[in-house]
Amino acid sequence: MHKNPSSSPSRSVYLVTLIDETRREKKTLGKDFSSAMATMLRVFLLLLSLLSLTAPAFSLYEDQVGLADWHQKYIGKVKDAVFHTQKTGRKRVVVSTEENVIASLDLRHGEIFWRHVLGPNDAIDGIDIAMGKYVITLSSEGSILRAWNLPDGQMVWESFLQGPYSSKSSLLVPASLRVDKDNVILAFGKGCIHAISAIHGDTLWKKDLEADSFEIQYMIQASDSDVIHLVGFVGSSQFDSYTIDAKSGELIKHDSAAIPGGYSGQAALVSSNTLVVMDSAGSTVTTISFHDGKVTFNQTPVSTLIEDFVGKAIISASKLEGLFSVKTGTLTLFVRVTVEGKLEVVNKVDYATAVSDLLAISEDRQAFAFVHSRSTDIDLTVKLGADWNHDLLKESVKMDQERGSVKKVFINNYIRTDRSHGFRALIVMEDHSLLLVQQGAIVWSREDALASVIDVKTSELPVEKKGVSVAKVEETLFEWLQGHVLKLKGTLMLASPDDMAAIQALRLKASGKSKMTRDHNGFRKLLIVLTKAGKIFALHTGDGRIIWSRLLNSLRQSATCEAPTGLNLFPWHVPHHHALDENPSVLVVSRCGPSDDALGLLSFVDTYTGKELSSASLDHSVVQVIPLPFMDSTEQRLHLLIDASGQAHLYPKTSDALSIFRPELSNVYWYSVEAETGIIKGYALKEKASDNYSFDTRSIWSIVFPSESEKIIKSSARKSNEVVHTQAKVIADQDAMFKYISKNLLFVATVAPKASGDIGSSTPEESWLIVYLIDTITGRILQRMTHHGAQGPVEAVVSENWVIYHYFNLRAHRYEMSVIEIYDQSRADNKDVWKLILGKHNLTSPVSSYSRPEVMTRSQSYFFTHSVKSIAVTSTAKGITSKQLLIGTVGDQVLALDKRFLDPRRSVNPTQAEKEEGIIPLADSLPIIPQSYVTHALKVEGLRGIETVPAKLESTTLIFAYGVDLFFTRFAPSRTYDSLTEDFSYALLLLTIVALVAAIFITWILSEKKELRDKWR
Amino acid sequence: MASIARWRPALLILLLQFCLLVRSPVLAISPGSVDGYTINGRIKIPVAKGFGAPVKISNVKVILNGGQNVTFLRPDGYFSFHNVPAGTHLIEVSATGYFFSPVRVDVSARFPGKVQAALTENRRGLTELVLEPLREEYYYEIREPFSIMSLVKSPMGLMIGFMLVVVFLMPKLMENMGS
Repeated sequence: MHKNPSSSPSRSVYLVTLIDETRREKKTLGKDFSSAMATMLRVFLLLLSLLSLTAPAFSLYEDQVGLADWHQKYIGKVKDAVFHTQKTGRKRVVVSTEENVIASLDLRHGEIFWRHVLGPNDAIDGIDIAMGKYVITLSSEGSILRAWNLPDGQMVWESFLQGPYSSKSSLLVPASLRVDKDNVILAFGKGCIHAISAIHGDTLWKKDLEADSFEIQYMIQASDSDVIHLVGFVGSSQFDSYTIDAKSGELIKHDSAAIPGGYSGQAALVSSNTLVVMDSAGSTVTTISFHDGKVTFNQTPVSTLIEDFVGKAIISASKLEGLFSVKTGTLTLFVRVTVEGKLEVVNKVDYATAVSDLLAISEDRQAFAFVHSRSTDIDLTVKLGADWNHDLLKESVKMDQERGSVKKVFINNYIRTDRSHGFRALIVMEDHSLLLVQQGAIVWSREDALASVIDVKTSELPVEKKGVSVAKVEETLFEWLQGHVLKLKGTLMLASPDDMAAIQALRLKASGKSKMTRDHNGFRKLLIVLTKAGKIFALHTGDGRIIWSRLLNSLRQSATCEAPTGLNLFPWHVPHHHALDENPSVLVVSRCGPSDDALGLLSFVDTYTGKELSSASLDHSVVQVIPLPFMDSTEQRLHLLIDASGQAHLYPKTSDALSIFRPELSNVYWYSVEAETGIIKGYALKEKASDNYSFDTRSIWSIVFPSESEKIIKSSARKSNEVVHTQAKVIADQDAMFKYISKNLLFVATVAPKASGDIGSSTPEESWLIVYLIDTITGRILQRMTHHGAQGPVEAVVSENWVIYHYFNLRAHRYEMSVIEIYDQSRADNKDVWKLILGKHNLTSPVSSYSRPEVMTRSQSYFFTHSVKSIAVTSTAKGITSKQLLIGTVGDQVLALDKRFLDPRRSVNPTQAEKEEGIIPLADSLPIIPQSYVTHALKVEGLRGIETVPAKLESTTLIFAYGVDLFFTRFAPSRTYDSLTEDFSYALLLLTIVALVAAIFITWILSEKKELRDKWR
Repeated sequence: MASIARWRPALLILLLQFCLLVRSPVLAISPGSVDGYTINGRIKIPVAKGFGAPVKISNVKVILNGGQNVTFLRPDGYFSFHNVPAGTHLIEVSATGYFFSPVRVDVSARFPGKVQAALTENRRGLTELVLEPLREEYYYEIREPFSIMSLVKSPMGLMIGFMLVVVFLMPKLMENMGS
């Protein structure tokens, strides 16, 4: 975007001789020594480099787990929940979630007993418990039925259901129905109804309804008979009811009738033969009764139920006895259906009310619950199904924080000691949290919004104030010594298990890792996390606890904003080091809908307190946000927001910001990648502003890929805040190469349109992968490379002067990783010392982003065993430490792989000099060393992204991996060369010093004696 | 034997013994669907002998084509993928503590029932789709048991050693030199 700051000419001169790698120093040493000495050193270095190769940089002893890392398990927003029946005795609930997770939770503490994360295309449509011992799940639009063992989550059987067309699906587990002594599960999916044996998953019978596009609403078992009813709709105007013999699958009856006034999506079942729907206009309730082959309709306008009704009403899909609920703009109405089919309103409550399904509490009594929330309170009411006037339970529960409205409620009953009925309610809130309410209190809550992280940024913690001493925790010398003796015992392997526990506790205490202040090494930070729920969390990097969380008001559903979705976080206000009284803040960018042209929303959040400082609804859309490298006088970062029509808008909208930005107008460039049309475009700003803070843009270059042969599947650029320490790379024979370091490097991968599907859908002959390296200022293609017989998915990472990408090789049928390194040839001549002396070099010529230097690329490919979900690279404070790749594998683990394994200069037989330099002999595949998994024995289920943040300590980088789970650790790519490890034994050092001092005294005494003896002689 | 006649020629039967097919009706593909095949296989994990707790079979995932389909193991270690189109596919196994090689499986429309599977890591062909881990994976460094040598080799040990040499050996040498 601007002139490259990392390549100032004066520095480059210096860099010719001073290169980052530590190995170089060793080599210059070797030169000065005598030849014999040099060879000895060489052998030693060789040994050293070999040693450093065999031992992975990251390795952990088992007792170090949890010292620098933490792992949190989540499940996501709960869709459906089934409680264990009373008989089984265990207090558990089984839930299915929107992250395709099925989990069994402990009702006492909310912990996960077991959990399975299904595939990304395997959404769960229904769950239930069969025979009191199996959890049944219906997933993938009704095509996969699985049974899981209730106590331990082992899959018992899996059944694949097929049908002619895709449709809504439904699951019914009748309690009493038996076919040939087998319990039966009925599953409807893809236009067919299947009866499955609950014991081993065999299909007992299958019935194709032979009706196109029948969308099922309910599957009902008529009370204790062997007949089931399927009710649903075809299109939006036809009602269909099927009656099927559950024992044989025979179709007994099929009724069909057109609904007067149409139908608008949701239906409530009020009795086993009455269904209530809303017409397509949302103003009339239609009652459908289907007795003995007769379908009758009864229409009641909503305006007769409630006065001054305007707009659209919605019926919530529920199963209540004789009742249903209608939501109008402001209210929720409970309406009773009388025997004659008349409707009468029994109650009106607040709009944001969730209603549970019916729960049988005894032989003949059924109860249901409804819950609504008032800022920090939730009201829970449990009523008997038939009797509206009598409350079984009515309580109000205080919440510790704002959680929005109630989305879902599931109830369960238990028998109290006095034989009365008690109720517990599992409540899903707007912020995706899960609460268990029992006896007027929240027993536990789970913050399951953290299963759907969208973006992560870090924020520094406050500086420790002078005067508030930390020394309080410091112990006496004796305690200190005792602790170190314990540690010594541990190192000498003499410690008992009790001692080991004491050591672990000591370590945790000593690290002070969960303090709320900035530390010297920069390990303690706040992770600011934006989630799909519109809730922002601040997590402490020390132990992962939630410092604050906030459901953003601007990200909540409202009349003006139908479906707000969070997009990104940007550091907005970062006070400089000495501004102790100012809190940093982040900018949350979101938009009012899934499409690109939905209006944007901005929100500013204080990162210390979580307070929403301000928010703004924009009058334009947000497609791209460009953080500019300028601050205004209040240290707010300038941002440029690009909307769908190509206009650029400057924020903050102050004249101060504008005066800073105006001189830089001509230096701002950006690009867009349009994957659908296959076009990459570069833009610049027009000088003339269309209004004060908006700017017109002009397209300056574009690259159009031929749509019949290339389809863009991946584009990747360098992290804008990456630091590169050096521009030159010394290679063997005292030669140097100059890295082409540009912030404007874009990697783009295209594949043949035929090969853009999954693996196995195309042949090697018709598939190819083409990668491009593009300069985004000039639109120049620096490199184009074709991999024949390769296809996506492509994962890529760009850093310094290299790009590494992962793809599938169809010929070898293995995954491959390739590296491309780019070197600047125009600077290659500067190596000549004479030219330097005579001044005939181009080092003083300014480096410009507009220039077109001659570049040279080198590339190499290697096999890699696993599929990859995400690739990241370590980043350190100064960029001196060598890099490691962090690869999120298909098994949801994060593997650290040294960049040296992906060096295009690797050859089968490296020369002696190359070996010294650290070049690894070429092998066809990349090694997977189990000890270099940074997640060690843990899994980050549903892994989606890996974020790296530099610590202040140069050797260390912080890693945050997120998916359904969260994982955080500290990682030193070249070991912690700049600090002592936590294992360092101070006691041994002390012991040595004592021994040395003692020895000095002994020798002193001995020498005194000897001298005396000599004098006597 | 009558039951064989029911199997459509389209059904791909991988390596499962005949008796198992008869026993396991899950493999049945309903008539009318000819676009998809079923891949059946089995995962055999040896009883853990080395480190750590034995892997729970319920935590093993089998992944088709890098995440297109994910399935789990039945208690007997069997798994199946349904509705798989003809082509060459890749099966990966994710089991904490074990390293499995991905397996290429050819599902061919021309030769239904023909088994073609090979480990991609070492190109070893499989006659039946029974997947075994190539090796165990232990994710932690193993602490070296305490030895005198490691103590001596540490910087402190060297220091003390050097000191001992200077204190006790040097005077002897000096004496020898003096005489």
